[in-house]
Amino acid sequence: MNGIYELMQEWYILERMLAFVLIAPLAGGLLAGIDRKVSARLQGRYGPPVMQPFFDVFKLLRKERIIVNKFQDFPILLFLLFTIFSGALFFAGADLLLTIFSMALAGTFFILGGFCVSSPYSHLGAEREIIQTLAYEPMIILTAVGMYQVTGSFKVADIAQYHAPLILYIPGVFAGYLYILTIKFRKSPFDLSMSHHAHQEIVRGITTEFSGPGLALIEITHWYETVLLLGIVYLFFAFNPWLALVMTAATFLFEIFIDMNYARFKWQLAFLSTWLFTAVAGASNIILLSLMQR
Amino acid sequence: MGWFKRSPWLLHYNATSCNGCDIELIASLTPLYDLERFGIINTGNPKHADIFAVTGSVNEKSRQVLRNLYDQMPNPKVVVAVGICATSGCVFQDCYNVLGGIDKVLPVDVYVPGCAARPEAIIDGVLMACGILDEKYAQKKREKRRGAQIGHE
Repeated sequence: MNGIYELMQEWYILERMLAFVLIAPLAGGLLAGIDRKVSARLQGRYGPPVMQPFFDVFKLLRKERIIVNKFQDFPILLFLLFTIFSGALFFAGADLLLTIFSMALAGTFFILGGFCVSSPYSHLGAEREIIQTLAYEPMIILTAVGMYQVTGSFKVADIAQYHAPLILYIPGVFAGYLYILTIKFRKSPFDLSMSHHAHQEIVRGITTEFSGPGLALIEITHWYETVLLLGIVYLFFAFNPWLALVMTAATFLFEIFIDMNYARFKWQLAFLSTWLFTAVAGASNIILLSLMQR
Repeated sequence: MGWFKRSPWLLHYNATSCNGCDIELIASLTPLYDLERFGIINTGNPKHADIFAVTGSVNEKSRQVLRNLYDQMPNPKVVVAVGICATSGCVFQDCYNVLGGIDKVLPVDVYVPGCAARPEAIIDGVLMACGILDEKYAQKKREKRRGAQIGHE
């Protein structure tokens, strides 16, 4: 398994980025399919085939392109590009902070996409997305800070090769990250701005006015995002690659389990609980660590 | 090929139906029938939908809504008339206040009879509609190609 790191190191940075761009959508789409299958089984249904997300996207690409105004698809394209960029940076072993910032920028373009049409449902979704961004962003930055405190580097390559298990130093940060991962994956109880479930109207949120190829781009972006976010989970356990892979898979299944078990929160509760949890688990962990290291 | 057959997304509208067929339509999403195993999702958003399932015997009020929803759906799209009211107006067809059937307003592709239509019949109709979706896409592509050829000449 350590061979993977050595292989990665032999490649140039551009090759590593290209590998991510090509492999991530396949992995992300497959994960989305597994998600739907497992969700269905948890509800006592048979569920769609595992390849269903790919079928959906291929179909959406063949649909007629209806746009409300000519700016509508532009932010979505930037959303995709910046998500790919941040993921490629991460898997090339570059700076974790830059990854996080460009991910935030991608999220901003998604919100702009929601605001550039006149549908009230879309606006409501975009407003909720802003609140969600506000809720999860501190914890994401704290994750990078916590990793820096332990390893002394923001470089993903250095963090991944750190000799000691990160999770033992920053379990609180991991718990906090797990909490906001539910928001990032757009799972209940935090799927306020848009949801993948077969609910109606308001729940479609930002995607209300997107159809055909535009919607396909949003789906593909989520695949990239999923792979990137699970990559950060991997970092917490990177001292043992096999354990890290198992824990990443376990985290993914855990999120599905949470999704199936909770009703949707109101935005006030979603926001408050996230910041509270960030403070209690994330910030206090970092303060404790800095006291111990002194 | 045949991606439409594998991932048809459904929009449901109740055009003055008695709710019987609507309940049956929703019932086909339940674990017992599970429409999603065919990739069918009940979207509730015309811009995401491929299949328009309509119940009820349309009146003057719902006619505009019906037309509006249909126009917002991106091509290719099909219309499924669910239940005998949507198919022909049934016992209400002579009433002064109903138009009697979806095909008085929209081009209907599949008729699913029954009062109320059984979930099995609805699933059967929707799957038949999937085939028509693929046909419509292929036809459009052919027309486009022919148009391009004429342009070359």
